[in-house]
Amino acid sequence: MRLLTHNMLSCNIKGVTNGYPLTIEASKWMAKEVDFNGDFLRNIFVKIEWKVLIEAAKVMGYTDLPVEVDSSMLNSDEFLQKFHHALLEIHVEEGALICPETGRKFPVHKGIPNMLLNEDEV
Amino acid sequence: MAQTQSIEHDLRNVSISNIYLGSGSTDESRHEVLTPSKIASQSAQIRLVSSHNEVYEPCDDSFALVDALLADRTNLIGLKPTFCLEIGCGSGYVITSLAIMLKSGIGGGGTQFFATDINTQAAETTTSTLQSHGVHADIIATDLASGLQKRMEGMVDVIVVNPPYVPTPEDEVGCDGITASWAGGLNGRSVIDRILPIAHKLLSDKGWLYMVTLTANNPMQICRVMSEYGYSCRIVVQRSTEEESLHVIKFWRDSSKGSAASTSNEGCSSSSWLSLLSFSSFWKNSSRH
Repeated sequence: MRLLTHNMLSCNIKGVTNGYPLTIEASKWMAKEVDFNGDFLRNIFVKIEWKVLIEAAKVMGYTDLPVEVDSSMLNSDEFLQKFHHALLEIHVEEGALICPETGRKFPVHKGIPNMLLNEDEV
Repeated sequence: MAQTQSIEHDLRNVSISNIYLGSGSTDESRHEVLTPSKIASQSAQIRLVSSHNEVYEPCDDSFALVDALLADRTNLIGLKPTFCLEIGCGSGYVITSLAIMLKSGIGGGGTQFFATDINTQAAETTTSTLQSHGVHADIIATDLASGLQKRMEGMVDVIVVNPPYVPTPEDEVGCDGITASWAGGLNGRSVIDRILPIAHKLLSDKGWLYMVTLTANNPMQICRVMSEYGYSCRIVVQRSTEEESLHVIKFWRDSSKGSAASTSNEGCSSSSWLSLLSFSSFWKNSSRH
């Protein structure tokens, strides 16, 4: 699971209203290099919850993202490289995502978050 | 073996512009010589698709969906989708093919792909199929798009679905393992009818949905539901086998259509599937979709 996906996932249990962001617990993670595409990053920037991305990256020990951001930074190649790395190259392989409201743990196994619910949660 | 070699030899001498589907022959491609690996490079290769006894293997419906995407490849590249999503990815054949065809057209990293499946084995199988083709999608084990819907509302530019469309008793729907990949309940519509509003919610203003349907699903009525949400449609691929007649239908938002309660009579008022065919050919000829 990349941090892009983490940025998009909310707790899906019925009745939960504050199910975002999910807290990451990671026992295994890795970085995999992928194609850099500045246009994609400039497009996606406004759709990313920045603070959520910063906190998620910190769990995996990546602390290079600036805390304060604005769209003018999208002209900076240095910024885009950091954004690219945090969003698309860091993978959580094993661990869990924890709902901030209920504490429910959604396991992440072999890089796949499991958001399947039990019958009483639907 | 000798025959295979001769076919490969013939293919090597065919100009790629004769093979490309759609109108994608550019000056650059016109002079390219087609090799078997170049044909294969437009979609996933069956020998590299992973399998598991509880995961649906690529079949006629999967091939029809990939053929539809290939036929529409030039349009898809022109759309420059930011996010693509497959709901119910099974073996991973379809999302891998989509990732391959867009990567070669748009460039690596220009589009990000997501895929979901309710079967955790399918999710793992898809991961492995993607890896063996050197492409990436983020896989989530979930029911349809549960967990993504809140944040990704209005963000997804392309959704592809080969839903469980086989008419079955209602209690087989959503069962564990491979049954979930085909069991569609009454008229095969139980899961399809849950997907339509979710796709509508997730699609961006320029978004497209490609869905496989069976004649028994009453595709005409599916189009009427989507028409009420403000979508037009056309059939991209139609395929009949001895057992079933498949259609891959493409839906897109049509600004001339109102949302719910639209009383538009354009082709969708008749209950005849035939009228949809003429309706769709009208769209095929009159719009860029």
